[in-house]
Amino acid sequence: MDLSVVILVEMLYAVASLVLISAGLAVVFGMMKVINLAHGEFMMMGGYATITAVNLGVNVFVAMLVVAPITVGLIGLVVERLVIRHLYGRLVDTMLATWGLSLFFIGVATMIFGNTTTGISTPIPGFSIGSYQINGYNFFIIVVAIALVIGMLVILKSTRAGLIARGTMQRSDIAAALGYSPDRIYMATFFCGSALSGLAGAVLAPLVGLVPTSGGAYIAKAFITVIAGGPSLVAGLLSSAGLFGLVNQIFTFAISPVIGEVALLVSAVILLRLLPQGVTGKFFKGKL
Amino acid sequence: MQDRMGKDVLMTLVVAGLLIWLLPQLVSTYTLTVLIIYGMLGFSLGLIWGFGGILCFGQAAFFGLGAYTYAIAAINIGESTLPMIIAILVPAIAALLLGAMMFYGRLTDVYLGVITLVVTLILFKFINSTAGPQYMIGTARLGGFNGIPGFQTLNVPGDPDAYIWGDAYFYVCAVIMVLVYLLVSALLRSSFGRIAVGIRENETRMSLMGYDVAARKTILFAIGAAIAGLAGALFANWGEIVTPGLFSLGQSAEIIIWCIVGGLGTRSGPILGAAGLAYLKFALGQQSLIDNTLITGLILVLFVLFLPKGLVPAISSLWKVSFARRSPSRVHQARRIRNRGRANG
Repeated sequence: MDLSVVILVEMLYAVASLVLISAGLAVVFGMMKVINLAHGEFMMMGGYATITAVNLGVNVFVAMLVVAPITVGLIGLVVERLVIRHLYGRLVDTMLATWGLSLFFIGVATMIFGNTTTGISTPIPGFSIGSYQINGYNFFIIVVAIALVIGMLVILKSTRAGLIARGTMQRSDIAAALGYSPDRIYMATFFCGSALSGLAGAVLAPLVGLVPTSGGAYIAKAFITVIAGGPSLVAGLLSSAGLFGLVNQIFTFAISPVIGEVALLVSAVILLRLLPQGVTGKFFKGKL
Repeated sequence: MQDRMGKDVLMTLVVAGLLIWLLPQLVSTYTLTVLIIYGMLGFSLGLIWGFGGILCFGQAAFFGLGAYTYAIAAINIGESTLPMIIAILVPAIAALLLGAMMFYGRLTDVYLGVITLVVTLILFKFINSTAGPQYMIGTARLGGFNGIPGFQTLNVPGDPDAYIWGDAYFYVCAVIMVLVYLLVSALLRSSFGRIAVGIRENETRMSLMGYDVAARKTILFAIGAAIAGLAGALFANWGEIVTPGLFSLGQSAEIIIWCIVGGLGTRSGPILGAAGLAYLKFALGQQSLIDNTLITGLILVLFVLFLPKGLVPAISSLWKVSFARRSPSRVHQARRIRNRGRANG
């Protein structure tokens, strides 16, 4: 009984962390068809922003939920204006340029923070269920992920800004003819996507030792989840994160964590071979 | 046509001969050897990406596979000729299987990228976790993140005690590189190569003309993997150790950067890009003022923004422009056209 509760929580946690990791990339890719390979580094910078803010005496939750997203969002804004703006519609070129950016940011972070591991302790204590110990912070991550998905749905579906953003995503020329500047909307979208990446990096920062290269651990997973999700933003994200999180945890519990990771990757290959347009290319078509 | 081919081969041999004679006087052969190996690795991606239009994010997988296959086979067999051949075949077969899965499933661009990336990651994660003694292939322990040291390095075929190393190894690598270059040139001149370029330009058109696009892409992909595997085996001989770092994402990224900087769709571009950037990295590694990765990243961003075609095409078009100016007949012609335009206007 206790074990099944623990496994359930772990599975929810795995799905939630995949949602968190991929949300920023999903917004940028789903809306703008830009694959931001510097996404992992945006997360890394979110982590560093949190740690720096905490060391300066800011409350840890304020640092994670406010300081990090805004900092990374602003960095994303600069990146969009300087680089990405010139490359819209050239998928491969944006991938290469953002890959270059990711290396650039790793270099900058190494120069500023050094090539050493830094970290903060988790702000929520663990507790035990029966004879098992559970990390209390896992629940915080699950709550943040749920809030994030609901927030995205509400903003995209029921606000005017979301409507305009969705319209621009479908036909930027019509949006322009109706008097909205696609350029500005893209800029705002990229800001939101970067801020989400920063938030994810900040929330996950207490769980990992942060080094300048730790973005690399996220980017592949985020990339796979978003591509396997397909064209729909929220439905795609949820379905692929759910599937991969489940597969990962089943194999982790049955065999070992390494096999769990490998199983996730193998299932991604099989999924893409069967559904080359991603999950939502076939199911939930036309949903958000 | 025959004449142009002969000229091309002759040019290649002359330039290669000059470089092989000149470069060792400027740079140590130890460094040059690895530059050649990287050049070959860049060349393998340049072939499938620049001429076949297949953007593979996991060329490092085949490089690493070649290196590991060589190391494992060399430990088991105890000499180097057969392991070299196996190290070319294993990545090629792996690429045939992977390519058939991808191309017959009609996967393109981003999805292709994701799958090749994922396969690289799987290999990386798997090899990294093989530290325990239960992971053995024959008598070779896989060694996890420590890699495999202490295998038989390249020897004269038939004589396992006559090692080829140092300067001699440099010349062997250089000759292999020239041979690979000539073979690929011949391949690109053949109908297979021309059809591959046709597929790159417009896949639908080629399939409507009756060519089996999937099969051709798969074969080209396997040829690229074989070259990458050869480079991997040579690298294993050079470094005398193989580590999981060969499979890493960073390695894959570098190969793509080499191709972009050197110039896609050219034969020499990826080789020069690889050797040049690898040397730059080597030179930058000797200073500690600015981080190495930062500069690599900056180079990639700047090239994508300002010189997306790469160095070699840019230089050759510059060469053509200046060459045309010098030729009197063309200047004359251009002036005549301009004058005619003025008269009409």
